[in-house]
Amino acid sequence: MANENQSVWTSIPFWRRSAGWVTGFAAMLLVWLTFDSVGQISMGTDEDIKNGVTKRVPGPTVINYTIGYEMSAKRGHEVPTIGEKQKFFGRDDYSEEEARELLHLGKLTSQAKNCMNCHTLLGNGAYFAPDLTKAWLDPAWQNGGPLQGMTGKNTVEEAMAEFLQHPSQYPTHARMMPDLGITADEAKGLVAFMKHMSSIDTNGFPRNFSKTVEQFKRGGTNAH
Amino acid sequence: MLTSIKTNNFAGDKSKELAMMYFRVAIVLFGAQLLMGLIAALQFIVPGFLFELFDFSVARMVHINALIVWMLYAMIGSVYYMMPDETGIETVGIGIGKLAFWVLTAAVTVVVLVYILVQVGPGTESTIWLINEGREYLEAPRWADIGIVVVVLTFYYNVFATFMKGKEKTGIMTVMTANLLAVSGLYLAGMFFTDNISMDQYWWWWVIHLWVEATWEVFVGTLAAFALIKLIGAKREVVEMWLWIEVLMLFGSGVLGLGHHYFWIGTPEYWWEIGALFSALEPVPLVAMFVHVLYDWGKEQGIAKGKGIAGSVLTNGPAMAWIVMNAFGNFLGAGIWGFFHTLPQVNIYTHGTQFTAAHGHLAFFGAYATILIGMMYLGLQGAYGIKIMKANFKSKMGIILISFGVMGMTIALTIAGYEQVLVERAELGAGWEAFFTAQNLPWYVQAQLWRMIMGVVTFVGFIYLVWDLLTIGKAQQRAQA
Repeated sequence: MANENQSVWTSIPFWRRSAGWVTGFAAMLLVWLTFDSVGQISMGTDEDIKNGVTKRVPGPTVINYTIGYEMSAKRGHEVPTIGEKQKFFGRDDYSEEEARELLHLGKLTSQAKNCMNCHTLLGNGAYFAPDLTKAWLDPAWQNGGPLQGMTGKNTVEEAMAEFLQHPSQYPTHARMMPDLGITADEAKGLVAFMKHMSSIDTNGFPRNFSKTVEQFKRGGTNAH
Repeated sequence: MLTSIKTNNFAGDKSKELAMMYFRVAIVLFGAQLLMGLIAALQFIVPGFLFELFDFSVARMVHINALIVWMLYAMIGSVYYMMPDETGIETVGIGIGKLAFWVLTAAVTVVVLVYILVQVGPGTESTIWLINEGREYLEAPRWADIGIVVVVLTFYYNVFATFMKGKEKTGIMTVMTANLLAVSGLYLAGMFFTDNISMDQYWWWWVIHLWVEATWEVFVGTLAAFALIKLIGAKREVVEMWLWIEVLMLFGSGVLGLGHHYFWIGTPEYWWEIGALFSALEPVPLVAMFVHVLYDWGKEQGIAKGKGIAGSVLTNGPAMAWIVMNAFGNFLGAGIWGFFHTLPQVNIYTHGTQFTAAHGHLAFFGAYATILIGMMYLGLQGAYGIKIMKANFKSKMGIILISFGVMGMTIALTIAGYEQVLVERAELGAGWEAFFTAQNLPWYVQAQLWRMIMGVVTFVGFIYLVWDLLTIGKAQQRAQA
């Protein structure tokens, strides 16, 4: 490599230095962006919700409120909304600490029961069962929806919790969810975890969530 | 492969013996991976199969964990194999390396048994510590995480100390040593619990993406460089120059390509542009690696012909076949199938569908399984002191059936994914009903059936591969004698 007439394009030191610089620069940029992103996705607080401060990941007390998923003309996709107070297992006054504990139990249970190896969360996981990102908002679980009707409960949270505790008693399709020994408390935690997850700003994923199911049933069309 | 440890021709080269120990466990875990895959595939077609006994979640967890662990074993084995050749000295801490091997193997056995027998636990911290962490690919419970870190530290000590003490500091070994530090360090990003699912996914991807789309790819580049010198007598200057170019392109695109996992997990919109741009560049180095392998082969063959040397320059037919398959499979599986759905405009519909599964199968196979199997053949050649190893019927059946099977599964899953994307996502807008409507479409079911058939083809190929690995050394040693 000491040959002075050699072209830079076949020079090992040139490529070694370039590889070092490019890798270093990319890594620095990633670290810098990570500081920004981690700041933006850190969980909000109860104060934020009360003051109407929009956080990409709201605080756990979001379970005290109605959550929506509305098309934003400005952003060109759906964004989660936090509306009026809404009862969650009969209460709408969970303190920050109570809500945090519920969410903690739910997240732990989601890992302990290995949910991600059948379902997807935020679209990541296995592809054997439905995505749970916006499961809380699924029309099938709402009043009049088949899943809520099947469990004989009157609210989304109670229907979901009942299903989670005895999934194989409520078969919807040949492919069923197995009984994972989920207790009543764990089920409550899991539902809180899912309600919280539905309030995360996922940049419009999943797009057009469950909107067209109703349209299809009415014989409607997507064409405007 | 089984007998090689007692009757090897390494002439006391303990590092290479250790490599063979790792290869042996790797191939067993590869078999476990395929068996679990077959169970999971069957559960798509026969939903009641092993219901509430050995559910899809368990089969799938062991399927992907066995994959990661057999690859780590084969990677560690490959490093122990190449180190004496690259540094000119024996690996410094063989004793500690062997101890680490037994500790790791015992830990893996316990983890797998707990996965299979205990499966899930209550929603408490102790489950995360003892049974299962429940995070895709990183399911290993926390005690095992810590064990893995200790084992990897001893392995890394061996690599670093041997590199520093070595007679030579080759480009290949320099890249290997630096890159392995990144591989090991990144694992730490996946070892904490948080209630915030967005934060969880953010760091989870640091491990998964920066492994398989950056540091593992560089690892493959170094293995290919080493193998080309061994297999076809490629010139070190050329190979190492290419290696640095590959490092530049792989890290230049792959590090920020991480952004394509940050489109929908709660992270800001700027990742759309960053992720799209850099991940779209990720196939470029894979094309370069493909061209490099085939070009070098042709060049060395041409030089040999020009000198009037008859016959092939190849010293190991099966190993070279697997490395060419790597060049092709890496480009196709990681490059093309990855590019398919990497832009956010497409990914908003394809994210979390069978498209991802299709890409995952061909990419892990093409980019990693192929070259690691190639390294095993290289190891066998050394163990039996075979000058020129030739592919026989079993070697050929192995590579043809496995490659055909994986390609078939990939195409079937791509078709299933296409159905799913259009019906579940575009037409019905995701959700519970949308999901099952798409899953029950005849075309989707048919695609899953083909995936199952191709999985069986892959497994038959695997049987040929193991049979060949067990017998080729002795047979060709005898033939040469």
